[in-house]
Parts: sequence; structure tokens; C-alpha cells
Amino acid sequence: MKQFFTFVKKEFYHVFRDKKTLLMLFGLPISMIILFGFALTNEIKNAKIVIVDYSKDVVTQQIISKIEASKYFDVERSLYSHEQLEAAFKEGKIKMAIVFPEKFNENLLHLNKAQVQVIADATDINTATTLSNYVSAIIGDYQIQLLKNKNVPMRIVPELRMLYNPQLKGEYTFIPGMMAMIMMLVCVMMTSISIVKEKELGTMEILLVSPFKPFMVILSKFVPYLIISLINVTSILLLSWLFLDLPVKGSILLFYAESLLFILTSLSLGLLISVNSESQQTAMFISLMATMLPTMLLSGFMFPIENMPLPLQTVSNLVPSKWFYIIVRSIMIKGSGFSAVWKETLILAGITFFLLIVSLKKFKIRLA
Amino acid sequence: MQTPVIKTEKLTKRFGDFIAAKELSFEVYPGEIFGFLGANGAGKTTAMRMLCGLSKPSSGTATIAGFDVYRSPNEIKKNIGYMSQKFSLHEDLTVMENIRFYGGIYGLSNEQLKTKSAELVELLGLQNETKKLVSELPLGWKQKLAFSVAVIHQPKIVFLDEPTGGVDPVTRRQFWDLIYDASDKGIAVFVTTHYMDEAEYCNRVSIMVDGNIEALDTPVNLKKQFSVNSMEEVFYQLARGAKRKAD
Amino acid sequence: MSALVLNNLSKTYTKGAVIAVDNFSLKVEKGELFGLIGPDGAGKTSIFRMLTTLLLPDGGSATVDGYDIVKDYKAIRNRVGYMPGKFSLYQDMTIEENLDFFATVFGTTVQENYELIKDIYVQIEPFKDRRAGKLSGGMKQKLALCCALIHKPTVLFLDEPTTGVDSVSRKEFWEMLKRLKEQGITIMVSTPYMDEATLCDRIALMQTGKILSIDTPQNIISAYPENLYAIKSNKMFKLLKDLRQYENTLSCFAFGEYLHLSLVNDTQTTLNELNEWLKNNEHLNIEIKKIEATIEDCFIKLLNTQNANTGN
Repeated sequence: MKQFFTFVKKEFYHVFRDKKTLLMLFGLPISMIILFGFALTNEIKNAKIVIVDYSKDVVTQQIISKIEASKYFDVERSLYSHEQLEAAFKEGKIKMAIVFPEKFNENLLHLNKAQVQVIADATDINTATTLSNYVSAIIGDYQIQLLKNKNVPMRIVPELRMLYNPQLKGEYTFIPGMMAMIMMLVCVMMTSISIVKEKELGTMEILLVSPFKPFMVILSKFVPYLIISLINVTSILLLSWLFLDLPVKGSILLFYAESLLFILTSLSLGLLISVNSESQQTAMFISLMATMLPTMLLSGFMFPIENMPLPLQTVSNLVPSKWFYIIVRSIMIKGSGFSAVWKETLILAGITFFLLIVSLKKFKIRLA
Repeated sequence: MQTPVIKTEKLTKRFGDFIAAKELSFEVYPGEIFGFLGANGAGKTTAMRMLCGLSKPSSGTATIAGFDVYRSPNEIKKNIGYMSQKFSLHEDLTVMENIRFYGGIYGLSNEQLKTKSAELVELLGLQNETKKLVSELPLGWKQKLAFSVAVIHQPKIVFLDEPTGGVDPVTRRQFWDLIYDASDKGIAVFVTTHYMDEAEYCNRVSIMVDGNIEALDTPVNLKKQFSVNSMEEVFYQLARGAKRKAD
Repeated sequence: MSALVLNNLSKTYTKGAVIAVDNFSLKVEKGELFGLIGPDGAGKTSIFRMLTTLLLPDGGSATVDGYDIVKDYKAIRNRVGYMPGKFSLYQDMTIEENLDFFATVFGTTVQENYELIKDIYVQIEPFKDRRAGKLSGGMKQKLALCCALIHKPTVLFLDEPTTGVDSVSRKEFWEMLKRLKEQGITIMVSTPYMDEATLCDRIALMQTGKILSIDTPQNIISAYPENLYAIKSNKMFKLLKDLRQYENTLSCFAFGEYLHLSLVNDTQTTLNELNEWLKNNEHLNIEIKKIEATIEDCFIKLLNTQNANTGN
């Protein structure tokens, strides 16, 4: 056991004494989140929207002034026709339009129900969702006030229309996707490089000749990167909660358990790469190819898998990030429990088990 | 007296507080085989880099092949050849491709390249190996080829950094035949080595200790000066006192 | 029981295309300092890797301390010390950290076997907080030796420990080996430097995977078949060229400040004739003396004989 701890300590020396590694390990996730985060929040402040009010009554005026008061919107009141709105969207002049139909107040009083149309440009999914959420929130807020004063239940129904991407695939895609990508990058690349580095240095020869079990060499390589990845997960969670106002809706414990599984998957993949490469460059190159590309293209993070041709859909099933992405999205955004993600978890565990077995089989107790 | 191809005066290189090479002054003449010895860390590599125009001296002057190291490092590079144990040829190119490549770099015309490469292949007895990858050649042949390629453009000086490390004794001697040939043609040879018998083959030898040139003379005179029988002992006497072993 | 027994040991690479070690057989007794002498590509590293159980042989067998290198690899890994050819310590860790690390990996502590490494360690101890990457060749080599010795191995394998190291550090290193030998450790060491051969008890001269000769250095030297003369004049390169053309020259090659020469008709008359001939060829200050061969002479002789036999 003492051997094991000494080895782990040594791995930490390597990590902390190489500034580049440190930067890569901790700087990368933080800078990515902050960068993406700010890109998001900046856009949402002062978003150009148009309000078309055909009713022009007390209620619509009150709602509009509430929206105008919000710092998120830059409101233009006008009486655009349907075609004019469409043109404005196409030119990208506006992000959203809110249309109050005629007799809004009248309907509200007599039918206890009035509809307001919220049309958003959903090519930019994140902005569209966030903006429409804000509007819904403002209207909901107003409704509560209204209900306090009167006894009749009155309902204002925002009718959402997402232009160009009506299914709104990939809501909040960015945090879960980024998490998968960073964990893959850190675990796969760092493990494979650090093992191959020992081969290059020739230290692997000495370690193999020692009574220290080869399996332990691997295990002790896993520990530091596992810990570092958990730190990364935590920092991503904190950042997305503080900066992006996106807390984990589901169980935190479940979330960490699933992350741990995915980290193990990535470490196993890194191990597999390292047993097959002889130089750090090769390991790095294969790692990038095996992590970045599939995670970006085939995990559903950037492109909806449903729209892909069948062969690609099949291939995507082999990409661990896809499953992790689905799991994280469910837990973080939908707030689902284990019952909703047990299938994905099982698949991920299967992949991990397979990777681990293959790489342990291939990890030689000898050279060449 | 001929004009020297290397002339340095108080050439010094500092890295912060650390003086890697201190006030080196020496001359090397055309056709001379100049042995550049020193313990590990004595400053040989630093000195060699300055002379090749790869690193700017901190102070002092140096003229290489008639060009100033401060002002014309690029002219220097055109007029020298360089070969080391670690870096020499491209392993994944064939013998002929390597010759063409280096000839091309030094601006040989196609015609020159043709005659030169034919000459070189014959000299080294590589007629049957021209299409082989360099990685398939035995180490000794690689080193001989690397040397021939380093002098393909007939430089004024060729710098050799431990050219014979790990080479068998027969090939090592064949390698020195090549060095003598080059020196006969008037090329100055600036060579470092860990084999002390090779120090005896040099016309003059300098020995660096802790950044200084502690001795510089012909092997015969050096042995006389230290009243010993071999260069090995000369070196041992000088380098034993080195303080800078830890660097 | 011998410490090392190699029986027709063979190793090939790229599916038999490259023969690295060709039917090697030799024995090393306990406490012996045995040298593998040969240039790069002689197969030294392959032999070390097979004996340290890092490579499986393609043919033949070998035992280390009586343990089979294939079957009993775990037992061997517990008792051998190994210093690979490439410098193999963690560059970003200090001397002390490296030593502690290797001690723990081998299941021991620095204190436990300090006596064994003391002589060597005191030389680098003043720099124990310095990172290995910042050490000179000689110091790295001492640290690597300490790390290889820290678990008190019965057999020590040193693959080219002195390559690229200056001659002062090389001398010191061989002094250390001598002292280790006195403590009863069997040592197998390889080197491309022929002059280090005489410091071993017995040596194997090797070239391209084959053993050229195996014996004590003194026996190998005595077996040199011809008389050897050291010869010099004021024009050394011309002397070499001339002698290669000379009718009675059997072999002639440069050797330090002299040329080494063997003659076909080795009589006093031939020598006198040679002297005359050289004078007629503008050589001055001619010096000819009979000398004892060195290991390097023997190696050159053996290589040339081998090349002649294989028709190269």
C-alpha cells in the first residue's frame, strides 16, 4: 500500500511541477466556461425585441412596461405586419417578437383566458430559450399580481413559437457538452501522455523490473487524474451555477456518481491509447482524435443525432460522451432521477468495462 | 601565415549570473583538425552554438569564415557544415533523397548535385544502398554518410559534435579517414569527442574546464607540458579539478 | 551455481528479419564483473532486456540466480538491479525524491540499505534538493546507480552506464563498480568504450549480435596472433596512406598518436627495410616500437577476420 501512495505522490509531483500541465488541467475548463458563459450573458443583455400590440389596453400596457423595465430587452413598439416581422427575423435585426392579439383585456375579463404570442429566433437556441423564459417569467409574475386583487382565476397563456428550430433540440447543450469534452480531454490525454512519457524516459523499464505490480502502475496513474477531474467537475458546476445561473436540478450525489463513471471510462480510454503508442506526440494526437472529434460531432452536443444518417447514428452509440451527455442533461436540466438514466448508465459502464479489459490485456508485463 | 577561418577574442556567454563560456580566445586555420574537449557541462555546447551562429555571444568578438557572429549569422551558416551524433540525417528518407535534400538546402545546382552525389556514393561504397531508407543503415554508415553530407557544399569549416559515439572501432577509423580527406581539401574540422585516442588525431586540442579554455596546444606539446604519456592523462589532470560538475 | 547462464539465447525483431542476438551462450559466476563490449547494434541492450525479463527470447534459455527468465520472471524482478541505457530518472523530481521513490517501489527504504550506496550517495548528497533534470551526466549516472542498488540486488545489470560521460566521471564510475564487486554483487555491464574492457574480470566482445570472443581481457590480449608495432613519423596521415600501400603490411590503422602495424614477413630484416622505405618516402623522426595489443586491437582484428570470412 505504501508503494501505491508513493507512486500517487510522484504523479502529483509531475502534475504540479509542470506549469503547462497545470494550466491545461485547471485553466482549460475554467476559461472555457467563462468564455462561453460571457458570450451567452452578453448577448442576452439588451436583446432587440419587437412588441406588437393590437389590443392597446390597460393590461397589455402594464405587461409591456414591465418588459421594458427589464435590462435584458431593448424593446421597440411597433405595428409590424406578419410579413414585416418575418423579414426582421430573417435579417437578424430582432431576437424575439411578442404579439398581443386584439381584445386582450376583454378576453381576459370575459373568458378568463388570453393568449400572447412569443416568437423567438431559435437558431440561437440558448438565447431563444433564455429570452422566452424571461418573458414567461415576467408574464407569470404579472399574473400573480392580477390574481391577488381579484378572485376570479384568470390565465394569460404565452404561446411560444420557436422559429427555425421548433423542436428546440439541445436546450442548455453547452454545459453538459462542455463537461463531457473537458473530462475526456483531461483524462484521456493526460493519462495516455503520462504513461507514454515513462516509456520514453525509460523509467517504465525500471518499474517493470521492480516487484511493483504492473497493474498497480496503472491504478496509481488513475488516481491523480481522477481527483483532478472531480475538482474540474466541481468547478464547472460552481461556475455554471454562479455565472450562468444553472444549478443542478436533480440529485448532486447521482450527478457525481455518474461523473465518476464517465471519468473511469475516459481513463480506460487513455490507458488503451497509451499501450498502443510509443511517443508522446502519437499519444497526444490519438487522444485528440478520440476525444474532441467524437464528442463534438457525435455526442448530440452540437448536432442533433436524430437528424444524422443511420450509419452515423449507429456509430454515435459507441461514443461514451453521447451517453454521458444524455445523463448529465437529464440530471442537471430536467432534474430526473436514476430511473430515467439507468439505461445510459448501464451502457456507459459496459463501454468502460470493455475498454478496461482490452487495455489491461494489452498492457504488457514486458516490453514490446 | 594563413588567415584563420575561426578567430575569437574574449568570446563570452552569460545566462543570468552564470558564465557558461568565459573569454574564449583562439584561432583555427584552414585544413586544421581542431579537437574541442571538455568535461560534461564545461561549456562546449554553448561555445559551439555561438560559433555556428545559433546563439548570440554576450560579449567578445568572433569571426567565422570571414563573417562576424553578431552581424552575419546567416552568412556563417552558409559557409559551415554541421553534424552531431544526435541530429544528422532524416531517417525516413532514402540515402539519395538525403543527399539531394541537404545539397538542395545549401543551394547546389542540379548539375552539381548529380556529380556530387555520384562521387559521394562511390566514395562511401553505397552504390547498392542509394534507395534504402537511412534508418535501415548500420550506425557507422549513417555517421559516415552524415559527415559526407555535411561537407557536400564544401564549407570552410565543419563542426562535428561527438560524431563517433557508439561506433565500432573499425568504422570509427574509417570515419577519421573521411575527416583527414576533408582536411586535405582545406576544410577546417572542429570536433568534440569523448574518445581520448581521437584527441591524438587532432592537429591541435583545446580543453575546457568550467567555462574556460585551460589548455590549447598540439597533443605532443600538451603531453610534454603536463609530463604525461597520453591525452587521457592530460584531460584527467585538468578536468579532475572541475567545480562545475553539478551543472 | 552460476549467477547467469545463457544457453543459445536468441532474439529477433520485425518477424525474424533483424537478428539482434544470435545464439548467445555464456556463464557468469557469482561476484564476477562481466563486460559486454561492443558498438551500438551489437545486441547488448537486447541481452539486458531478456535477462531482466523485459523481453522474451525467440530461442534458447537463460537463468538469473538459478531462476528461468521466462517462467520465474517475478522472482527475478525481486532480486535484480537494472540501469537502462537511456537515462531513466524523473527529471522533475529531486535527487532525494527519486531515491525515495525507487526505494519504496522496490519495497524497501533508503535507511535499510544505506550502507550499500553510502560511498556513492555522499558524493551527490550536497545536491539532494536539486532536480534530476538539472544534474550533469556524471551526477545523473551516480544517482541512477544509487536507485538501481537501493534494494540490495544480487545481480546488477548496467547498460552502457558510461556512454556520453566524460573520462573523469567514467573513471570514478569504474572505481565504484570495483567497490560494489567487493561486496559480492554480480555485475554485468556493457560499454562501447574498448579501454574499459580491462577493468572487467571477463568480457565478451560482440558485434551485430554475435560473440567474437569471450575470455579474461588478459587472455584475449595474449591471443593476439601477430606482433604489433606502434609507429609514427612527422607526417601521420601520409604515413597511414603509405603503409597501406606497403608490400609487407598485414594491417595498419591509426591508434592515438601512433599507427598500429602488423607485418607479413615479421623479421628484423623486414623492419629494417621498412625503415629505409619510409625514409625514402620523405618521412622524418620515424619511431617504431614493439607493443602489447590492447582490447581495441583485438576487436579490430576479430572484426576484420569476421568480415573476411563472411566475404565483406
